[in-house]
Amino acid sequence: MYELKFDGSLCQTCPTADCLVKCQYMDLEKDEAKKQMVNIWEGKDSFVFEGCVTCYACEEYCRRGNHPFYLITEKREEKGLLTAPRAITKQWINIGEPQGKFKVGKPGERVLSFGFMPEFFKMAKGRLFQKAMPSFIFGQEFFCNVVYIHFANTSIIKKRLPMIMENFRKLGVKEVVCLHDECYGSFAHLAPAYGIEVPFKPIHYFEFLYERLKELRNDIKPLNFKVAYQRPCSSRLSPDKHRLVRDIMDLIGVRLVEREYQDENALCCGGIYAMCFGYDLANDVQRRNMDDMAKHGAEYCVFNCPACQGTLGEKVAKMGIKPIHMIELCRMAIGEA
Amino acid sequence: MTDIMHSLADIVGEDYVSSQPEEIYFYARDPGLMPPHEPDYVVVPSTVEEIQEIVRLANREKTPVVPMGAGLALTGLIIPLKGGIVIDMKRMNRILEVNEGARYAIVEGGTSQGQLSAYLEKNYPRLRHSIPDAPPTATIAANVTIHGQGRLTQQRGFNSDMVGGLEVVLPSGEVCKIGSCALSFGWFSKGPPLPDLSGLFLGWFGATGIITKLAVKLYPRKKFRDVEIFVTDRGELVPDIVYEITHTEMAEDVLIFTQPMPLMFRDNHHVSFYITGDTDEELEFKRKLIWKALDRFIKAKDGGFMGIPPAMKPTLLEMPQRSASRLADVKRGGGFEYSGPIIMVEKYPECSEKLKELASQYGLAYSGMVRVIDGGHSMMFAFAFAFNRSDPDMMENTRKALKEVSDFVLKVGGVYWKPTVEEQRMALENMDPNTRKLMKMIKENLDPNGIMNPGNWEFIS
Amino acid sequence: MKYEEIVHRCFRCGYCKLTGDYIGFNCPTYRKFRFETYSPGGRMWLIRAWLNDEIKNTERFQQILFSCATCANCVEHCVFPFSEDLVNIFIAAREEMVNNAVIPPPVRDYLKNINISGNPYKEPADQRGDWAKDSSIEIYDGHEYLFYVGCVGSYDERAKKIARTVGNLLLRAGVSIGILGEKENCDGNEVRALGEAGLFQFLAQQNIDLFKERGIKKIITLDPHAFNAFKNDYPGLGGKFEVYHYTQILTSLIPSHELPLKEYRAKVTYHDPCYLGRHNGEYNAPRKILESIPGVELIEMPHHGENAFCCGGGGGNFFTDILGGGEDSPNRIRVREALDMGARILAVACPLCARMLDDAVKAEEKEDQLEVLDVAEIVTRALS
Repeated sequence: MYELKFDGSLCQTCPTADCLVKCQYMDLEKDEAKKQMVNIWEGKDSFVFEGCVTCYACEEYCRRGNHPFYLITEKREEKGLLTAPRAITKQWINIGEPQGKFKVGKPGERVLSFGFMPEFFKMAKGRLFQKAMPSFIFGQEFFCNVVYIHFANTSIIKKRLPMIMENFRKLGVKEVVCLHDECYGSFAHLAPAYGIEVPFKPIHYFEFLYERLKELRNDIKPLNFKVAYQRPCSSRLSPDKHRLVRDIMDLIGVRLVEREYQDENALCCGGIYAMCFGYDLANDVQRRNMDDMAKHGAEYCVFNCPACQGTLGEKVAKMGIKPIHMIELCRMAIGEA
Repeated sequence: MTDIMHSLADIVGEDYVSSQPEEIYFYARDPGLMPPHEPDYVVVPSTVEEIQEIVRLANREKTPVVPMGAGLALTGLIIPLKGGIVIDMKRMNRILEVNEGARYAIVEGGTSQGQLSAYLEKNYPRLRHSIPDAPPTATIAANVTIHGQGRLTQQRGFNSDMVGGLEVVLPSGEVCKIGSCALSFGWFSKGPPLPDLSGLFLGWFGATGIITKLAVKLYPRKKFRDVEIFVTDRGELVPDIVYEITHTEMAEDVLIFTQPMPLMFRDNHHVSFYITGDTDEELEFKRKLIWKALDRFIKAKDGGFMGIPPAMKPTLLEMPQRSASRLADVKRGGGFEYSGPIIMVEKYPECSEKLKELASQYGLAYSGMVRVIDGGHSMMFAFAFAFNRSDPDMMENTRKALKEVSDFVLKVGGVYWKPTVEEQRMALENMDPNTRKLMKMIKENLDPNGIMNPGNWEFIS
Repeated sequence: MKYEEIVHRCFRCGYCKLTGDYIGFNCPTYRKFRFETYSPGGRMWLIRAWLNDEIKNTERFQQILFSCATCANCVEHCVFPFSEDLVNIFIAAREEMVNNAVIPPPVRDYLKNINISGNPYKEPADQRGDWAKDSSIEIYDGHEYLFYVGCVGSYDERAKKIARTVGNLLLRAGVSIGILGEKENCDGNEVRALGEAGLFQFLAQQNIDLFKERGIKKIITLDPHAFNAFKNDYPGLGGKFEVYHYTQILTSLIPSHELPLKEYRAKVTYHDPCYLGRHNGEYNAPRKILESIPGVELIEMPHHGENAFCCGGGGGNFFTDILGGGEDSPNRIRVREALDMGARILAVACPLCARMLDDAVKAEEKEDQLEVLDVAEIVTRALS
C-alpha cells in the first residue's frame, strides 16, 4: 500500500527544527523540537500529539523536504489519538463519500476542478473563465480528500485518492486547474509524498488567474483597495504558489496590508479548530486574526478558500471588512463583479 | 336538497356549504394513514354566530360536527368518523387585536400560524409567537387544541401553555369565554387566578367545543437569531447534552434529529439549538456559554459542533422549516406520518434505537425528530416514516411500524401526542380509572348528544 | 394523462396557496371558493381520485379544474421538487377532459370561436387591425420588430386603447415596428391553458410559418400571455424568435431620453401580470419605467412580485368567467388591496389585467378613487 516517504535522519541532523520551533500553537526550543520530532518518527509518545492543532504549517516550515505534519497525522492514527470528536470525523468522511452525484461539464484537455464546492459554479464565469468553461468537474468523485489530515485519518485518503485519480484518468484530461488549493496541495504535494501517481499536471488557480489577468491587462482598472489576505491551511502544502497572491494583487492594483498574521505567520480561519477543539482556541485565533486585519486598515478580507469564507466571512463583515473571494476580486478588477 | 343542507345554506350562504362528491371525497381524508370516512356536509362559516347556529342545528338533528383547521395533524383527528358536518374554520381568519404592552394577540379560530407570524413581523417587529414547524397554513386554534409545540416551546412549554384566553362555542351552541377575558377586557391569562377551565377544551380535539377566538401570548423577538448543531455518535449521551444546554437557560429552542439521509447525517445524533440576541454581544455571550457547557464532551471526543455550511443556515433558521414537510417526498410519494409521544428526555436513547430497529424491520425511510419541551421536563420524540402514497405495501408497513411505536410508548412511560383513535383508546384503557371517569363526566355533561367530533375521546363503558 | 406519475406526490401541506411570506392566501380560486378542493392541493388529490375512478367528471369537478387561473402562485411556493409542473398537471387534466369532450360550456364556446373565427369574440378577421386605423402604425414590412397585439388587444375596446398607446409610444421613441393587421392570428396561450393541445399546436404552427415567411426575427408583444407562448412554447415547435414584452423595450428607452418625461404626480401601485412576473420572471422592467417618471410615487401592495395576487383572468378565465363574479372574485379582492394602500392609480402591463381590474373598480363603485391604467398610458400622460 501507499506509504509516507519520510526520512527521519533529516530530522536528526536538522540545524533548525523549524517545523516545531516556528509552530504558533506550541512553544518549543530547537533541541526539544528536534527531540520530539525524532520521537514521533520512532513511534514514541510525544506531547506534540496533544498540542498540534492541525494547521498544516509545519509542512511549509520544514525546508528539508520532509513531511512533519503528515508524519504526525500518520502516528496519531496509528495510536488512535483523535483530533476531532468521533461524530465529526464520521460526518466528514460521509460528506466526502462518492455517491454518483458528480457533475462533469464538457471536459477538454484542461479541466477546471471545483472539488465539491458548489460555490465555484457561481464564481467560474465571465471573461476570466471564457476559454476554460464549460470544461469543469465537480463532485465527491473528484474530491482531493486532503481534509482528512485534519482528522488524523490518512487511511481514508490512501483508500480514496487512487480511485479519484482513476476517475481523472478516465476523463483523459492532461491538466487540472484546481480552484481550491486543497486540491492542488493534494495532487502536487500529498500524493507524491505517498507515491500515489497523479495522471495529469495540477495547476494552481492562482497561476491560471495570473496568466489570464495578464491577457486581460488592458481591461484591468486598479481597484486601489487595502486588503487582508486570509491564507488557508492548505496553502501550506504549496508555499511556492503563495507568492502569487502578491503578484495578482499587484496586477489588479490592490494593496495587501502588512499585518502580523500573514505569510508564514498566517492564522487559521478557526473553522476546524471550533469543530475539533471547542470555543476557546477558535475564538482566540479568530479574534487575533480579525483584530489584526482591522488594526491595519483592511477594507476587504480576501479569501482563497470558500470554507474559510464560510467560517470567517460573516464575522469580518460585522467588523466592517468586506469578505470577498480571490476570484471575485479579480473579476471586480476587470469590471465584472 | 336535504333539510340539513337547506338549513346550512340558510346559515352560511349557499356558496359555502357543499355535499358534492368532490368536497365529500376531499374532507373524508387527511394526508396521513388513517382510513377515510365521508362527511355528509362541509361548511365554511365566517362568524361565531354562524358556528353557533350550525352547532344548534347539529344538536337538533343529532348529527356530528367536526371542526377543522388545515387538517395537518396526520393522525386522522379531522376525519369525520361518524359523518356529519365538517366545519372548515379557515374563513374566520381575522387578527382582531394585538396588545403590545401585555404581549398577546387575539385571533379568530381559523387564523393560520403563517398569517400571524407575517402580521407581527410587519407590524410589531419586536414581538413573535411560538410558531410550529407544521406548514404555515396550520391554524393557531387547532394547534392548541392538539397541544402543539413551537419555536418557543423549550422556553415556554406547549403552545397551549401560551394561550391567553379562549372564546368557545359549547356543544349547546352557547358562546363561552375562558380565562381572564371572562371577567376583564384583557386576554392575559387562560385561567389563573380563576379556576383554569381551558383544560376543558385544550387537548380535546374539538370533542368538547369549538374554539372561535383565542389569545396567544407573544414574546420578545430579538434582532438576531442563530443556530448551532452539536453532533454526537452516542445516543446515550444526548440526555446529558440536553441537560447541559438547558441548564444554561441560554437557548431559545432545542431540537434533535437523527436520520440516515443525506449521508452526512448518518450514524450521528444532532442536537441543534437556537440562540437570539438584540446585539452581537448578547448573541455571542449565549453562544459562548453553551459551547463552554459542552466542552467536556468535546475534550472527550464524544461530540462536537459541526460547521454549518452557509447554504444550510437559511433552511435551519426559517420558521416554519419547509424541510420538515419535504420528508413527504423522500419516497417520491407524498406522505409521511409520525407518532410523536411526549416523553422524558432520558428516554432518548431507547427511542432512537427503537426507531432504527423499526425502520430496518419494515424497510422504511425514517427520521427521528425531537423538540425539547419546557427546559427539558420532557420532549416530543417524532418517530417519522416517509411513505409512498401509491405503494399500498409501504403504507401498510408504515402502519405496522407506527402500531409498534404505540405499544412501545406506553412501556417507556410516554404519553401519546395527538393520538389516533386507536391510541386514544389505549390511553383511556391504561390511565388511572378515576381520571378516565372524570374525563367521561366532563364529556357527557358538556356534550350529552355526543355530536362533537364523535369517535374522539370516546368512552366505551 | 401526462404527469400521472406525479399526482400522488402532493402532501396537501398548503404552502402552494400562500404567499412566500405567509401574509395570506394567494391562490385566486381558493380565495373565492374557500373549499380546500379549489386549492392546488385539492386539485391534485381530486385529479388522482378521478384517475382512480373514485370521483366522476361532474360539473363541479370541471369548475374546480377550469377555474384555475394558471397564475403559478403554487409553482412559486410549493416546497416539493415537482413544483415546476403543478400548472402543467392541471392543464394536462384539462386536456384529458377536452379529449373526452366533457368540458364546461364556456370553455367549449371559447375553443369553438377560436376554431371558427380565429378569435374568441366571433369578430371578422379583417377587422383585427382596425385598432391601428387612425395611427401611423404600419403593416409589418421588414421592420425591426413585429408588434404583436393578440386577440384582446385587437378586439376588446379597453385593450385596443392600450394597444394604440403602446404602438404610438414605440413609434415616438423611434422603434421600428410593424403589425400584421388582419393577418395576425391568435397566439394560442389560452387555448393551451384550456387544454386544447391540438388546436394550440395548429395555431402556433400557423404563426411560426407566417412569422418566418415575413422574415420576422424580433417580436414585441402587448400581451404577457402571447409573450409567454412565443418565448416558452414556440421554440419547441421550431419557432425561435427574439421575444420582448413591450415594457422591456420601454424600460431602455426612457433613460436614454428617447421618451423625455415631465412631472406627473400620482400615487401608483403596480399589479404584476402572472405571465410576465411568475411565469417569466420579469418584475423589474415595468417598475423601472414607473420609477423613472418624475412625480410618480410607486407603492407596493403586500401581494406583489413573486407574491402578486392574480386578477383572475388567466388560464382562460378572462373569456370563460368561471372564476369571476361575486364579492370575492379575484379582481375585486385585488382592487380592494390597491385601495387599502391608498393608491390612486393601479398600474398594469397586460390588457387582460386592465380589463379585469377596470371591471372590478366599477363593481366596487370606486371609479372616483382608483383608476386602472396601463404602464404605457401613464408614460403617455407624462410625455413632454
